[in-house]
Amino acid sequence: MSEIDEGLRSELQRQGIWVTSMQELYNWGRKNSIWPLQFGLACCAIEMIATAASRYDIARFGGEVFRPSPRQADLMIVAGTVTKKMAPQVVRLYNQMPDPKYVISMGACAISGGPFKTGYNVLKGIDRYIPVDVYIPGCPPRPEALLHAFMELQRKIDSQKLTGSEKATHLDSTQPSEFPVPSFGAHDLEPPANPDVFQPPKIERT
Amino acid sequence: MSATIQTLEPAAEQPTRLPPQMTSRLDGELLEVSMGPQHPSTHGVFRMNVALEGEIVRKLKPVFGYLHRNHEKIGENTSYLGSMPYTDRLDYFCSMTNNWAYALSVEKLAGIEVPERAEYLRVILAELTRLQNHASLLGFLLSDMGAWGTPLMYAFREREKILDLFESLSGSRMMCDYMRFGGCRVDAGVDWMKLAKKIVDFFPRFLDEFENLIVENEILIARTQEVGKLSAELAINAGITGPMLRACGVNYDIRKVDGYGFYPRFKFRVPLGEHGDTYDRLMMRVLEMRESIGILKQAFEQIPAGPVMNPKVKIRAFRPPVGEAYGRIEGPKGELGFYLISDGGTNPYRYRVRPPSFINLTVLEDLCLGHTVADVMVILGSVDIVMGEVDR
Repeated sequence: MSEIDEGLRSELQRQGIWVTSMQELYNWGRKNSIWPLQFGLACCAIEMIATAASRYDIARFGGEVFRPSPRQADLMIVAGTVTKKMAPQVVRLYNQMPDPKYVISMGACAISGGPFKTGYNVLKGIDRYIPVDVYIPGCPPRPEALLHAFMELQRKIDSQKLTGSEKATHLDSTQPSEFPVPSFGAHDLEPPANPDVFQPPKIERT
Repeated sequence: MSATIQTLEPAAEQPTRLPPQMTSRLDGELLEVSMGPQHPSTHGVFRMNVALEGEIVRKLKPVFGYLHRNHEKIGENTSYLGSMPYTDRLDYFCSMTNNWAYALSVEKLAGIEVPERAEYLRVILAELTRLQNHASLLGFLLSDMGAWGTPLMYAFREREKILDLFESLSGSRMMCDYMRFGGCRVDAGVDWMKLAKKIVDFFPRFLDEFENLIVENEILIARTQEVGKLSAELAINAGITGPMLRACGVNYDIRKVDGYGFYPRFKFRVPLGEHGDTYDRLMMRVLEMRESIGILKQAFEQIPAGPVMNPKVKIRAFRPPVGEAYGRIEGPKGELGFYLISDGGTNPYRYRVRPPSFINLTVLEDLCLGHTVADVMVILGSVDIVMGEVDR
């Protein structure tokens, strides 16, 4: 992602001078110390704990500092079925996280409702209310899958620009960092989806 | 009642306030705190509305339903076989025992025989499930108590080994979906048995190490002994089952009482507690793990060769005769039962789960009253709940 000429850089390195750009340094620091929110919803949370525990050890990627408070977290791993009773709380937790913040939607339930989609009480995907960066399919996804998602997120953070027209959303003051919390309506959550984040797929009939 | 216009009396002159005295300032005032649904030690999305006086819990009201996933209704709308993967997601630590309880009740309903080897395999897998459930429970409980990291890491190290066994047998680490009505899905090979024996033989070393860390630990004793005492009378009246009941000294283990599966063929003791406090509940798990290892060793010796599936059972388009059945097993958390009513169709007419952790949770307020708010987490941890089963 560097804008410095690679030849020049290696030439300078040979002289003992290490050159980098502000953006590269900033993203390097951010991507290697992602603090997830310690927050589990259902079955996937156990695999999330297994990822943090002895065999898989998410600390190798700099993500072992699970914070119980959203104020100190960078990443929200939505691990498990989001019910309609829980959805407002999940959105509120997201709103309480400071920018820059990222979301991993872990497991079939958090993506779309999964096997419980037929239920009246199950939200059909957390991306209806908050923007999601990485989706992991699986029921539940293996710890390796979560690590892969973590690496994908690091790749995304690494490619974010600090300036220019394509700069990261958290640096763009016109982009919202909080999203409206749904409330309980007469039959369903109000609104059923946030139109700024989620548009239902259009089915074209021929 | 007709509306009346009340003239407000001019407020009586306030008596001059005395400077607040440190001792009586909070008298009579309860502070209401909502613990959860997002809390690091509520084991999922569980919420308690706690009324505190200082730090002492005076009232506690559990709030459920944050993980209600319509399990029973889905069970009534899918075929008998189709419910099997859903039972994995009830108590997501112990999918094998959930499978067994469901298979047992369907077998009761339809009068299906199970081959001998399959019964042994079920016992082996259920006891392995008990090992990993109790090990991870101890890890979670200790990390709730403040031993952040180490015990959980040790417990998960052992749990991963058992999950490897499950994975190589059923194809999935957690959601095994292994048992069927009339047997098990696939047979365990010779290599699997060898590996399982090796892991079970190693397990006592882990237990010794773990017991060394916890049994006489001064902090653990201070935090758990005489905390959250449950009397045997209340436990029986509230329908508590499993290790929580046996910690009060009540000798009730469905493996002994019902003798389902081939449990009467195995020699094992049922550990009993004396005081019914959190320490006893914790130790009950350690002792049960020791007994499970004994059962596993006997099962590895006795297991015969043969088929693992009753060939007469037609699993697809399965239609049991009209009737009802209740099958129950001693799950790691207590009595897990499935109550099924069949009207002769492909779907159950009524499908009801008797979840042990939900019923064990009903005495939470009685356990917590009079203790400090920090003890609530320890008591909740020792009840051993899984929200997938509580809310269903």
